[in-house]
Amino acid sequence: MTYIAKPKFQHPGLPKNDLGYTHRDYEGKVSTLCAGCGHDSITASIIEACYELSIEPHRVAKISGIGCSSKTPDYFLGNSHGFNSVHGRMPSVLTGANLANRDLIYLGVSGDGDSASIGFGQFAHSIRRAVNMTYIVENNGVYGLTKGQFSATADRGSKSKKGVMNTDNAIDLVAIALQLGASFVARSFSGDKSQLVPLIAAAIRHRGAAFIDVISPCIAFNNHAGSTKSFDYVREHNDAVNRLDVLTGRDPITVEYAPGTVQVVEQHDGTRLALRKIDADYDANDRLAAMTFLQKHAAKGQVVTGLLYVDPDAEDLHAHLDTVETPLNTLEAKDLCPGSAALEKINASLR
Amino acid sequence: MSVQSPISSVNDFVVRFANVNGSGSASANELFARSILRHGVPVSPRNIFPSNIQGLPTWYEVRVTEAGHLGARGGVDLMVAMNPQTWDKDVASIEPGGYLFYDSTKPMPTSKFRSDITVIGVPLTAITNSTYTDPRQRQLFKNIIYLGALCALLDLDPKLVEQLIGEQYKGKEKLLSSNVHALHLGRDWALQNLKCPIGLQVKKSDKVGERIFIEGNSAAALGAVYGGATVCAWYPITPSSSVAEAFTSHCKKLRHDPATGKAKYAIVQGEDELASIGIVIGASWNGARAFTATSGPGISLMTEFIGLSYFAEIPAVIMNIQRAGPSTGMPTRTQQCDIIACAYASHGDTKHVLLFPEDPAEAFEFAAQSFDLAERLQTMIFLMLDLDIGMNHRLCRPLKWDDARQYDRGKVMTAEMLDEPGRDFGRYLDVDGDGIPYRTYPGTHPTKGSFFTRGTSRDRYARYSEEGAIYADNMQRLVRKFETAQDMVPRPLQANAAKPTKYGVIYFGSTSPAMDEAIGLLESRGHQLDRMRIRAFPFHSSVASFIADHDFVYVVEQNRDGQLRQLIVNENDIDPVRLVPILHYDGTPITARFIANAIGDHQDHLKVTPLRKAVS
Ligand SMILES: Cc1ncc(C[n+]2csc(CCOP(=O)(O)OP(=O)(O)O)c2C)c(N)n1
Ligand code: SF4
Repeated sequence: MTYIAKPKFQHPGLPKNDLGYTHRDYEGKVSTLCAGCGHDSITASIIEACYELSIEPHRVAKISGIGCSSKTPDYFLGNSHGFNSVHGRMPSVLTGANLANRDLIYLGVSGDGDSASIGFGQFAHSIRRAVNMTYIVENNGVYGLTKGQFSATADRGSKSKKGVMNTDNAIDLVAIALQLGASFVARSFSGDKSQLVPLIAAAIRHRGAAFIDVISPCIAFNNHAGSTKSFDYVREHNDAVNRLDVLTGRDPITVEYAPGTVQVVEQHDGTRLALRKIDADYDANDRLAAMTFLQKHAAKGQVVTGLLYVDPDAEDLHAHLDTVETPLNTLEAKDLCPGSAALEKINASLR
Repeated sequence: MSVQSPISSVNDFVVRFANVNGSGSASANELFARSILRHGVPVSPRNIFPSNIQGLPTWYEVRVTEAGHLGARGGVDLMVAMNPQTWDKDVASIEPGGYLFYDSTKPMPTSKFRSDITVIGVPLTAITNSTYTDPRQRQLFKNIIYLGALCALLDLDPKLVEQLIGEQYKGKEKLLSSNVHALHLGRDWALQNLKCPIGLQVKKSDKVGERIFIEGNSAAALGAVYGGATVCAWYPITPSSSVAEAFTSHCKKLRHDPATGKAKYAIVQGEDELASIGIVIGASWNGARAFTATSGPGISLMTEFIGLSYFAEIPAVIMNIQRAGPSTGMPTRTQQCDIIACAYASHGDTKHVLLFPEDPAEAFEFAAQSFDLAERLQTMIFLMLDLDIGMNHRLCRPLKWDDARQYDRGKVMTAEMLDEPGRDFGRYLDVDGDGIPYRTYPGTHPTKGSFFTRGTSRDRYARYSEEGAIYADNMQRLVRKFETAQDMVPRPLQANAAKPTKYGVIYFGSTSPAMDEAIGLLESRGHQLDRMRIRAFPFHSSVASFIADHDFVYVVEQNRDGQLRQLIVNENDIDPVRLVPILHYDGTPITARFIANAIGDHQDHLKVTPLRKAVS
């Protein structure tokens, strides 16, 4: 068989969340990615975030393109529907799915090859349309599945495993997302679970286009000296702007108090984002400042991580289209079909 | 002087307007066509326009046809020549004994006219300039003034034209009265200065009946509304844009929740065709009825996703309004040239369902039905229109809807079904033996029925697998499903000749009206043909029997390579010699004259040449 299912056994003593689900309920099939791949750590963070938010697993639709990263939805939320579409075109499929049923949670998972090259247009347009989703790019700077070609997020001057120098400029998806009006923009690192988990949780809670770029080293093709997406490089160059916890309307799930000021951002669903600033004057509600901040640090070779921007009053595509609250996929003939009498009138107007 | 006597005909002639694109003539010309309809006389109008916004030539042709022939006829009896650029060509296209109507403000040398036609000069510019000062008004009212003159020349009832203008400018009194005034300016001038009426005349009749006058694209869009489509994603391309535009305006009128005013639909103009079909597939996967409208180049871009729809078994509807290809080809000319491209769209072994409506009424019906078929078969359905039906008004039977009709949502397992004791859900299990598996919508059940959709090979439980036997099993089931489709799609319609015959003809889509007329012309030449109109692919078994029952069969189509013929040969293992291609592909709609000549010549030829052995 070409798949590996997880054994069904669950230890009765596993901790449960508010809905009575255990971690196992948020897991999927056994990963077939390379042992140590950054993508698997992101999978673990997604599982953790969904567990902590007490999401009903089957209310999530997880959609991806093609690539190692895009395979990962098979490895989490085994009880939800997944869709591994075509290379780079996850955003349109997700947009359609979202239009059909506004009541589910949409998790888009993509790679840097998937989103910054073949799917660059779809990435951009789904963001500017404000589709209500959590769009995660598992960014390793290479094409993992096709074995190590540079992707469009590879930094200029970085080296491939074979020693080839990349001479093209890199696309910074975070900068683009900010420019296109994403209402939640963050960057993180697959190895930094304590930062990534609350970011994912906050993105899921956000109503609008939430984008998270996660640097995720490819240990097979991009974890060597000369790569700017390797574990060591990112650890050395990481500058976190804030630490984030998600507080729901009820009990806070985790609250870690760390030094520095705490900024609480109220979201429309009642969730509050607690931003723990490292940089005392970082304001995560200022798009323009975020763009400048990002560029300044990029020029210094620093990878800024954390929640860079959030718009607490964001609206989504359904608001823009002014669609009914009832999911479109539940409407029936009686709701949709104008009937023969209306058709008679139309006929009469065409004579 | 002319030796040719002027054409004399009542309710049976062709008027062609030659204009410059952007001159605002379209609405006046359409008003002319509608006015004749109001006389109870059928018309068949056609737009002939360039792929350009302003400045290039455009023609509008109105075939006045008491007999109700709705195909193009060919030839022009009265040319309204308003475009100096195309003058020579326009004058040359007039039938001997025909009429030329032109703006005589500036004198023309006699060499510019033909001696076998009647020339009618009206000083349109002079009349307009003496009445209006504003340049735009001069331009627009000139069109209404020539319409007024034509009213006098063809003996149209001005009251009926006024009534139409009244309907058009309802509530806009000023525009109404100024248009009626311009109409009378032209009419009065013609009555005072010309011999009216000419040999071509419109007399009141009762041949229109209940029929409606509608463009195929608008009818197809209305079919999508009635068929329950809630998501439409599209990217502009001629000649399909008006499908999405019509869907938008129909939805605005018919699909808002009366209590909240909110929309029971979502329409997205995608950034390209890749996104449009992606949105459709995502929405359909999630249980909404979704469609896109496009034309050839859009189909090319969509093919990767079309393959996904086929293999992952996601319903979707594509309305393909065909235009002349390949590549950009002739974007504003008609053809039926995407048959092969759609039937086998995408890489690998794929086959798709195609529907071929003949007119707007059928475009409406098939559009609505395509959503049932897509969901029942869990596959892509192509509604194959072309520019000739899509962008031209056609007379057709009134649209009909049975209020008892329920949508066929296909095999969808609900939470209750999943909970039934002993129920085994495998996304790609062929439970009923018809090749069609059961699906579940995302979010249905907390622990049962979820699956992973992918374009990669998988087993019957949707688990990724590249084992050869599992892959082959799946591919075989897809063939079974396609066989099931054969009996679900609209069947071919057959009509026998008046006398028994060894010959048949197969045709489809917009060729219909020309074919109906051609049969009459052929009969008058002594040729009898049984006919079959194909309405869908996969082909019903009656197609093969029809071919078997005849010595040979003509296949009439509007493309260079005989694409439907190829498909028939390929799918039914038929000896190609038995199918004679009759092909028309210059971008103009096929005419009865063309069909009758092509088939008639072939038939005549048969009488002197012994049949080839192979044709048996
Ligand atoms: C149309 C198309 N072109 C090319 C490919 C081949 N392909 C598969 S995955 C991939 C790149 C994946 O890279 P990325 O998105 O960065 O994901 P990673 O594997 O690095 O996680 C490519 C080019 C394809 N599947 N489809
Ligand atoms: S090739 Fe790279 S990206 Fe793919 S699974 Fe291996 S480590 Fe991960």
